Amino acid sequence: MTTDVMLTADTVGQRRENLYFALRNPKVLIGLTIVVGLALLGVIGPFFLSATPNEYIGPKSEAPSADHWLGTTYFGQDVFTQFVHGLRSSYLVGSLGGLIAFVIGMSVGFTAGYRGGLVDEFLNMLTNVVLVLPALAVLIVISSYLEVRGVISQAVIIGLFSWPWVARAVRAQTFTLRNRDYVDLAKLTGKRPGQIIMREIMPNMASYLLMSVILLFGGAILFAAMLDFIGMGPSNSVSLGSMMQQAMAWSSLHLGLWWWFVPPGAAITLIVGGLYITNVGLDEVFNPKLREK
Amino acid sequence: MLELEKVWKSYRVGSLGSKKLTAVRDVSFSIAPGEVLSVVGESGSGKTTVGKMVLQLISVSKGAIRLDGEDITKTGKRGLKEYYRNVQGVFQDPFSSYNPIFRADRVLEMVKESYFPRVKRSEWDSKVEDSLQSVGLEAGAVLGKYPHQLSGGQLQRMLIARALLLDIKVLVADEIISMLDASTRIDVLNLLGSLKERGLAVLFVTHDLSLANYISERVIIMRHGAIVETGATGKVFGDPRHPYSRNLLASVPQLHTKWSENPIPVVELEPDGDRSRPPAPLTKVDERHWVASVG
Ligand SMILES: Nc1ncnc2c1ncn2[C@@H]1O[C@H](COP(=O)(O)OP(=O)(O)OP(=O)(O)O)[C@@H](O)[C@H]1O
Ligand SMILES: [Mg+2]
Repeated sequence: MTTDVMLTADTVGQRRENLYFALRNPKVLIGLTIVVGLALLGVIGPFFLSATPNEYIGPKSEAPSADHWLGTTYFGQDVFTQFVHGLRSSYLVGSLGGLIAFVIGMSVGFTAGYRGGLVDEFLNMLTNVVLVLPALAVLIVISSYLEVRGVISQAVIIGLFSWPWVARAVRAQTFTLRNRDYVDLAKLTGKRPGQIIMREIMPNMASYLLMSVILLFGGAILFAAMLDFIGMGPSNSVSLGSMMQQAMAWSSLHLGLWWWFVPPGAAITLIVGGLYITNVGLDEVFNPKLREK
Repeated sequence: MLELEKVWKSYRVGSLGSKKLTAVRDVSFSIAPGEVLSVVGESGSGKTTVGKMVLQLISVSKGAIRLDGEDITKTGKRGLKEYYRNVQGVFQDPFSSYNPIFRADRVLEMVKESYFPRVKRSEWDSKVEDSLQSVGLEAGAVLGKYPHQLSGGQLQRMLIARALLLDIKVLVADEIISMLDASTRIDVLNLLGSLKERGLAVLFVTHDLSLANYISERVIIMRHGAIVETGATGKVFGDPRHPYSRNLLASVPQLHTKWSENPIPVVELEPDGDRSRPPAPLTKVDERHWVASVG
């Protein structure tokens, strides 16, 4: 146990330096503020609001007011309540879908890259098959077969389809790293492949892995919103995408109910944009050549 | 003590392993305690492959590698870990031997973690200090530093110190000084000499004949994956019999001759043939001197 602590302590110096630059990087700061701010609203908000966002509670099509911060829908539902619940489910889809894709992508990438040979050829084939599958078409087919479409099942499906690019990149990097002499040296110390991957190879890709997680998270949110928008969203709850879909279906644009579709649209754009800015900033942090003076 | 018997290695290359490349052919030799055995030969002759097979970093295709009579190509993971208590390696590129994001002394710490988990910290620290001292390093100057803060010579010595923590019997040293400057080279070479005095066997892979001559009792000359000449260093370098060995020795530039005065004559050699066939057998030409017959 103590040796483990010692070994991880070695990297602390560099991690701290990266953290220092990360927190001083304006892009990272702006991006994180947006993403974390909206996340807090989505996580905490629902506790103060109605648990049934689809309930008809007020006058129809009312503009924002002190009672209804973001107005009401065509049917008299509170837009702010829907918005906050929608945020929550978007973050849930993003985290769960992103996490599933990340775990699969890493496992496939590390196994293929480290083992090489036939294992690699097989996994590479699998990766390419999933990569060229028309994911959207498959998702639509699967989604329409599910009896109850929930946020979780949507996240799982998205996760199962968005890992290939992570696997490819991880595999490529593992391929070069596994030939370093320090990997051989770890073998000569009797270390097992799992330990070598986790402790020799993975730490060298930490920045890359962090950035992949962020991109997967954003990708999953966007993908979910797209599915929701074409009516393949969760049938038992609200999401940002399904709000927009409802708004469009009841021609809120023509009726001038801007408060119905602008907030969810803006939130999706802000989250994905914020993640993107964070990533660009992190790239500068990890890649000192990009750091401005 | 360490013995290779008719060891072959072929790599599968091409998509789905369609082609075969034989890198080592029918190599047999043994090393005794307190002996340095040099392996020399042109680039691609299979020297590194032999070293890595001895370290079991790559599997052998055919043949046996025995340590004190036990064939280690057949032991499982457990046996291999025990084997590494006795046999260790140091590689060519000191900067690739250290994980750049960790401190350099982590290589020593990993030895403790794997082999001495129950040794007390203070006891271990003094053991580390001793072994660093025996390779001519001062603990204070190298501990706690990152690899890029140390010189190539310091890094290579620290790897030797790491091996010594394990009370090894055999050290595989693959071109360990080819990336060091001339004066550091001699220091590390002399260090190997003193380890030899202490009874360590060293498999010294190099393409520098003068280094091989300086340090080793016996030498193996390899070409196209097979041994072409072997024996006592004085015999092989003093009286090379195989045309390839002669070329090799003739091509060592002398300090006092210039190309313009005396261009080095090179004899035509037979080209690389079918590598899956057994190589030409070695015949004894003198006491402690064997040469492959030339076809
Ligand atoms: N992983 C591998 N896959 C396929 N072929 C390989 C592999 N490793 C080595 N080889 C081939 O095996 C042969 C012997 O390589 P090896 O590295 O043992 O040569 P070497 O004598 O150490 O050369 P050098 O002096 O350049 O280090 C070469 O032809 C090389 O191309
Ligand atoms: Mg080599």
